[in-house]
Amino acid sequence: MSLLSLSQVEVHYGGIRALKGVSMEVRAGELVALIGANGAGKTTTLRAIAGLARATGGIRFDGQSLLGQAPHAIARSGIALVPEGRGVFAQLTVDENLAMGAYSRGDRAAIEKDREHVLSLFPRLAERLTQTAGTLSGGEQQMLAIGRALLSRPRLLLLDEPSMGLAPLLVDRIFEVIRRVSAEGVTMLLVEQNANLALEVASRAYVLENGEVSISGSAADLLGNPKVQAAYLGIEG
Amino acid sequence: MDTFLQQVVNGLTLGAVYAVVALGYTMVYGIVQLINFAHGEVVMIGCMVAFTVIVALASAGLPPMLVLALGALAAIAVCMAVGYGIERVAYRPLRNAPRLAPLITAIGLSIVLQHLALLVWGRSYIAFPQIIEVKLYRLGNAETSATISNVQIAIVVASAVMMAALLALVYRTRMGIAMRATSQNPAVAGLMGIDVNRTIAQTFLIGAALGAVAGVMVGAYYGIAHYQMGFMLGLKAFSAAVLGGIGNLAGAVLGGLLMGLIEAMGAGYMGDFTRVCTLDTLLPGFAEACASNPDASLLGSNYKDVYAFIVLILVLVFRPSGLLGERVGDRA
Repeated sequence: MSLLSLSQVEVHYGGIRALKGVSMEVRAGELVALIGANGAGKTTTLRAIAGLARATGGIRFDGQSLLGQAPHAIARSGIALVPEGRGVFAQLTVDENLAMGAYSRGDRAAIEKDREHVLSLFPRLAERLTQTAGTLSGGEQQMLAIGRALLSRPRLLLLDEPSMGLAPLLVDRIFEVIRRVSAEGVTMLLVEQNANLALEVASRAYVLENGEVSISGSAADLLGNPKVQAAYLGIEG
Repeated sequence: MDTFLQQVVNGLTLGAVYAVVALGYTMVYGIVQLINFAHGEVVMIGCMVAFTVIVALASAGLPPMLVLALGALAAIAVCMAVGYGIERVAYRPLRNAPRLAPLITAIGLSIVLQHLALLVWGRSYIAFPQIIEVKLYRLGNAETSATISNVQIAIVVASAVMMAALLALVYRTRMGIAMRATSQNPAVAGLMGIDVNRTIAQTFLIGAALGAVAGVMVGAYYGIAHYQMGFMLGLKAFSAAVLGGIGNLAGAVLGGLLMGLIEAMGAGYMGDFTRVCTLDTLLPGFAEACASNPDASLLGSNYKDVYAFIVLILVLVFRPSGLLGERVGDRA
């Protein structure tokens, strides 16, 4: 059974239809990639799931409908979104940012264990615990945003463009962690413009075009698909 | 000269009250970027409720401190209800409206609250019952030494305790960190599982509780209450918050204390500086006035309300972000 399922999801921004009936699913334990060009509706899809964009159609998580629920309620049901642009709290310290990730949890001992784990994934954060997040580099902020999301111990982690604006070396570091976290069993839906990277780590993928799913299948199939190669992988057909 | 020390004492007392009220403005501004112009009215209501409760209990033979405490508790409860109601009815529906809309609503609300108070407590000045016997302590041995009263000491101590408690709440507790997170980025705060509406309501509740206590302190200090008292007090505390840097808690405290000192110094010295005979030595045209009434001054202590606004104008012209404020434009 799928952990997350979207059926015919539509989102309107004013008069613009940003999503025109998107259907997809994410099964427990999977890492699913969502790729597509700028403005295809990738971020909007994540925002609809997290409750930040008003959607119609069907969005179900673990059997429960998410439509119309407030973002904080959706977060408490086990979905964590690492938003585009990272969204760290610039004036809170790194430590306080991490604490906010665990805001909805009461199990102190387990939080402390997860915090240690996050700091072992991102040793850079451990060196900067008392710094305000605004003083971190872009890559460190991305690490903090992912670490903070992991501290909520999510059942589904939504990642929006984790590679955006980062130096290649840092992108590798971030994707290494994504792979590792996925191997630890965290279900993920990954939005990426860098389709090569995304299809390397994902098991399945959807291609969004103008607010609709145009192609879907296993990551290996998509890597071999001539249309995907031409449009998103920079390979001439 | 003991006028100076006396005005420092008076200024710090007044400043402590301004600081507590300014905290209410700055907390709300910090979290919703809105000037809650009805906050001065919350302070007035706090003063009025405490007055009613104290008068009702005055003849019951209870210890005066207990009566005062009950009055303050009642004021806190009523003001928290008013503060919550303000947020729920007037501001929450306008959360995403253009910024001018909640500002105008705030002013309208302040007028509504004033007139509700007028209906309940009438239009005349009310003598706040002096159930605590005022004792004066000399700061020095001379006859002319400055004095400090037990009420002033109580105001300064209570303010300091409340400010310390507030800072501890905002910087040490999970609720406080959630407030700061919400103030920086409400959308992302929601993604953390923080109930943004609830956090904003909590901020209004805390601000209103501080305002209630400030109202009781003002009543006890000046000994009078009036349904329009919140207007000027609110504007001065707002000016203090802007002076310190609106949105900044430490700034509100600093701004409040400075505002109190400026007002007290102005009230204490303006008469001396504008004495017609002093002016006669500096400027032409005052000789006749000096001869006919050597003690007259152009401006007296009743101009004390002017200083807050002079300060506000100077701050807005020369340092709009305030003394400690640098929160503008650093949102992640």
